[in-house]
Amino acid sequence: MTIGQKRRGRSLPLHVVLVAVGAVMGVPLLYAVFSGFKSTDQLSRNPIGLPDPWVSSNYTGILGSGDFWRMLGNSTLIAVGTTVLVVAVSALAAFSFARFAFRGREALFTLFTMGLMFPFAVAVLPLFLLLRSMDLLDNPLGVILPQAAFGLPMTIVILRGFFREIPAELEEAATLDGCGPFGFFWRILLPMARPALGTVSVLAVVGSWNNFLLPLLVFSQPDWWTIPVGVQQFQGQYSSDTARVFAYLVLAMVPALAFYSVAERQLVGGLTAGATKG
Amino acid sequence: MTSTFLPDKRSGPDTAPPAPAGGPAPGRARRRVLHWLTAVSFQVPALALFGLLVLLPMLFALYASFFRWGGFGMPSDSIGADNFTRLFDDPVFLGDLWRCLVLVVFSLALQLPFALAMAVLLNQRLRGRAFYRMLFFAPYILSEVITGILFSMIFAPDDGLADHVLGGVGLDGIGGEWFSDPSTVMATVFLVMMWKYFGFHMMLYLAGLQSIPAELTEAAIVDGAGPWQRFRNVTLPLLAPTLRISVFLSVIGSIQLFDLVWVITAGGPDHHSETMAITMFQYGFKRYQVGYASAISVVIFGISLVFALAYQRFVLRRDLEGATTTMRGGGQ
Repeated sequence: MTIGQKRRGRSLPLHVVLVAVGAVMGVPLLYAVFSGFKSTDQLSRNPIGLPDPWVSSNYTGILGSGDFWRMLGNSTLIAVGTTVLVVAVSALAAFSFARFAFRGREALFTLFTMGLMFPFAVAVLPLFLLLRSMDLLDNPLGVILPQAAFGLPMTIVILRGFFREIPAELEEAATLDGCGPFGFFWRILLPMARPALGTVSVLAVVGSWNNFLLPLLVFSQPDWWTIPVGVQQFQGQYSSDTARVFAYLVLAMVPALAFYSVAERQLVGGLTAGATKG
Repeated sequence: MTSTFLPDKRSGPDTAPPAPAGGPAPGRARRRVLHWLTAVSFQVPALALFGLLVLLPMLFALYASFFRWGGFGMPSDSIGADNFTRLFDDPVFLGDLWRCLVLVVFSLALQLPFALAMAVLLNQRLRGRAFYRMLFFAPYILSEVITGILFSMIFAPDDGLADHVLGGVGLDGIGGEWFSDPSTVMATVFLVMMWKYFGFHMMLYLAGLQSIPAELTEAAIVDGAGPWQRFRNVTLPLLAPTLRISVFLSVIGSIQLFDLVWVITAGGPDHHSETMAITMFQYGFKRYQVGYASAISVVIFGISLVFALAYQRFVLRRDLEGATTTMRGGGQ
């Protein structure tokens, strides 16, 4: 018996386990996709089988209405705004933490890392009161600013770790060439840190994209609803039209899954880096 | 081996050594102040954002938790610590604490071991492992709202996918009310949590497994260790730091759980799946008892912080000591 045969024989049970777990993970998603291609009537008669006939009106109806696209636009705008803000502000702070020795640095850094403990759901009540008094309700800044603020700790921790690894000789060389601290940061550090910036940006986008509670509270008007808020409202509105809700869920999943398939490496790298350095 | 002196560096003979820093004392003091100001000026935007939108609301919640307050105007009806004493007499809140503990135990006993098993499995050379990694991790990317609605439809009583599948294999008895039965709601919520989050822990473990040097496993094979012994005596100890982080994240996640449960059950039926954050939300945004809700916020934060500090003090610290003590202690 060769090693190859032995390995194949041993790996068969492993494959059985993987297929079983894979089915549990994948079937809910496929079920939603197929259910979206049925009418609600057909769904109750034929809950498990393939659609017969295939009905595409659920999907086309949603894609044909402006609501879905508007929410997609809102989610995109808010995600981009949050990401640009949190990455810019964190990069400055992380640069100072990584490359300067100054009095109060450790205390300040501890303050930011304690922010990892401030959960959104817990702070949301006083935050809402604050946004109300600042007149930021029904304003995208009312979601962008707090999301960026709550994203700071994780982003700073990751970027600081990365900035520290850039050799000090580079900074000395830049200083000799007449570069000030900001010039070094802007012209040398940031271009070198592009992979790390990509990682934290991807994390910020995903966090913003999936945030539910804050946009739910801040936006009382449908004009600014983001996808998670819209999905919940849609389900409330069409709860009896099950097939249509499934179609809506599937369409709402597509952007996130597409983004994941493009940015998988940054995302996984960022999550593991954030967890081990945080 | 490692020399600190590297003469063949780029420094040519013409680069003069940097001028000795310092000079007269007043100049040095001024330069130090300038240096400090430069360093801190980079912190200003972050501090402003963080102070205004994270610290200020939390401090305000702490302040408001000592008042009976409906959320309009400024709090004026000070009631001392009454909100906190009321909290620990509130059966719903005590139930929240109990349910949080249950979720933590479930996660540590089922979710994380399962994630570890899958990570070990997918760390081997198997056909399709990239696909399975991607599939298992994908739910983590989906928003809690989408996941919640999807599963509230899958576990719809009698008519959802779950009941149809169980009926199809002759297990009708197991199916039933799922989220609407007080005795099964928590177990069903936990199933959904596991579906959504185990892939994240699996990814952490995979990253940890890949950082274990192959030489160690090979050495263990040479020494005649079987697969279980290798796992128990090589993989597991070296994975310990990753495991501790993952436990930490899992516990904090259970303490602060909100979105997923809010979308599926909103805490029902009759508070049987309520979490601390949901109780806070109910009082703060539905019943306008903002002072009381603030007290709940403060307690959730306090529990998170105490747990985090204790965990860092007693568990994570070992990551630093362990390296030396286990070496000295031999194969315990």
